[in-house]
Amino acid sequence: MAQINTAKLKASNRQAGRRIGGTVAIFIFLTLLGLFMVLPIYLTVIMSIKPVEELFIFPPKLYASRPTLDNFSDMFEALHQNRVPFSRYVFNSVFVTVTVTVCQCVFASMAAFVLAKCKFPGSRILNSIIVVALLYQSNVIYIMQYMVMAKLRMIDTYSALILPSIASPMGLFLMRQSISQIPDSMIEAAKVDGAGYFRICWQIVMPNQKPALMTLIIFAFQAAWNIQTGSLVFQEQYKTLPTVVTQAASSGMARAGVAMAAAVFMLIPPIIVFMIAQKQVIETMAHSGIKE
Amino acid sequence: MAKNSSANKKSLWQSVKENRACYAMLAPFMIFFIVFTVVPVVMSLPIGFTDFNMVQPPKYVGLSNYTTLFLSDKVFIRSIRVTIVFALFTGPISYILCFLLAWLINELHPKLKTVFTLIFYAPSMANVYTVWQLIFSGDMNGYLNSFLINMGLINSPVQWLTDGRYVLGVTIIVQLWISLGAGFLALRAGFQNIDRTMYEAGAIEGIRTRWQELIYIVIPSMGPQMMFAAVMQIVSSFTAGTVAQNLVGFPSTDYKAHTIMTHAYDYGWVRYEMGYASAICMILFIVMYLLNRLISRMLSRYMD
Repeated sequence: MAQINTAKLKASNRQAGRRIGGTVAIFIFLTLLGLFMVLPIYLTVIMSIKPVEELFIFPPKLYASRPTLDNFSDMFEALHQNRVPFSRYVFNSVFVTVTVTVCQCVFASMAAFVLAKCKFPGSRILNSIIVVALLYQSNVIYIMQYMVMAKLRMIDTYSALILPSIASPMGLFLMRQSISQIPDSMIEAAKVDGAGYFRICWQIVMPNQKPALMTLIIFAFQAAWNIQTGSLVFQEQYKTLPTVVTQAASSGMARAGVAMAAAVFMLIPPIIVFMIAQKQVIETMAHSGIKE
Repeated sequence: MAKNSSANKKSLWQSVKENRACYAMLAPFMIFFIVFTVVPVVMSLPIGFTDFNMVQPPKYVGLSNYTTLFLSDKVFIRSIRVTIVFALFTGPISYILCFLLAWLINELHPKLKTVFTLIFYAPSMANVYTVWQLIFSGDMNGYLNSFLINMGLINSPVQWLTDGRYVLGVTIIVQLWISLGAGFLALRAGFQNIDRTMYEAGAIEGIRTRWQELIYIVIPSMGPQMMFAAVMQIVSSFTAGTVAQNLVGFPSTDYKAHTIMTHAYDYGWVRYEMGYASAICMILFIVMYLLNRLISRMLSRYMD
């Protein structure tokens, strides 16, 4: 079966004009554009390994003549001067990020399935509220959110960092859009077989939603990893990495190198998660049995 | 579901009871959503009609915030113009780029797909305004200035970040650079989800070129993702403000890069006139909502 499919696909590729030449042209176009996209990040990395005296020479160089890890060690040194050990910040960040990501993905997937595929009193209005919530941006919301959290006595605890980020309208919207593509007939069939909504969601719908779910994991992880403690937490032992790293790096241009090192350091975990998740997305081949 | 809707009208309570599994599955999300999004939003709605400095309780002032905005706030009128120019340049260009790049990447070898997706998405993960400041820096040390001087195109450094002629342009470029974000990744996932057999069927039915494939197979099966990307694009191009603030300073020269959101930031967090800031945000929301309705109508006509 699989063999026949590949043969057919090859034929269709030829027919659809997928010649080597076209693909090479695409590759060259993407590479040129990609160079522009990567340049600022490349410069960040380069500047993070430049010694201080090389940062301000003219003309600025696109490479480091004497690469060094001084900026990174300076950053860690500044972090070690805090009263709380560095590992504590790492733990805080990992704990907050993992909790938010897991809860967001699980809750958003279930809610998205229900909103996309079930009709019940209130479903229409809930669907439109999600988009409205995405569009309504106001800096007053943060104040009100703060007041709600203060009322619930959440300030200065982990919950102030975790709970508000769990229900992301964007994540729900993404999953709902994707799940809406699954044909109703498939869900009807499962219902006839006696499966409840919960089982339909996790055993039939979600296995087909790997690309969307992996994309949601990328978004959720990235947002949670960058949660700044700001005015939500005052005690040193609850602060997260982005907060303390920004503190360590923000002392004027003389520390530009340290700021770059901080940026590079904070970028590593999201990139790792991105690579793993994207690999999953790309390995998802077309699924069988969900055609209408 | 078809059965449910075609059945005779049941009482509301009965259909709520029948669908209790749905409500149970919605509950975990909705509890957090209501407490941390709906309640704050509802609390913030009336603030636009008040005078609120965050210290004293809000004082009702009727429509005066709105009349001041449109009748005597010259900077606001200017910020509307900046926002429209900004959104016109960043919104559609970035939307087309998101779609085009996601599609082109989809044509490549799987290994290359990951690399290119990372390259184009990385800017929205990185927080590197400092580098852009160094690139556009006004002295000879700036990468762009030094490059242009070496090429002999200019004689003296250009003040990219402070010259009123350039600040909006520079901001638009940097915004475009970070704009291949959520919409782009969602489209990538959407492309990956298109059933392979659709292409085979298309080939049998006489589709010959990539363009035909795009128009007859790809776009019709990408409707939901395209809608998602459109909403994200509206939000990011209309509420942009942080890019300008980080890059060309606040306030920017002659308010040349002063968007509506920057104006709201100014009144909210600098002058503590939250009532006024809230009114500004409300106007922006109404514009975005109407635009969203328009785009979803256009897209849905195109889809079916």
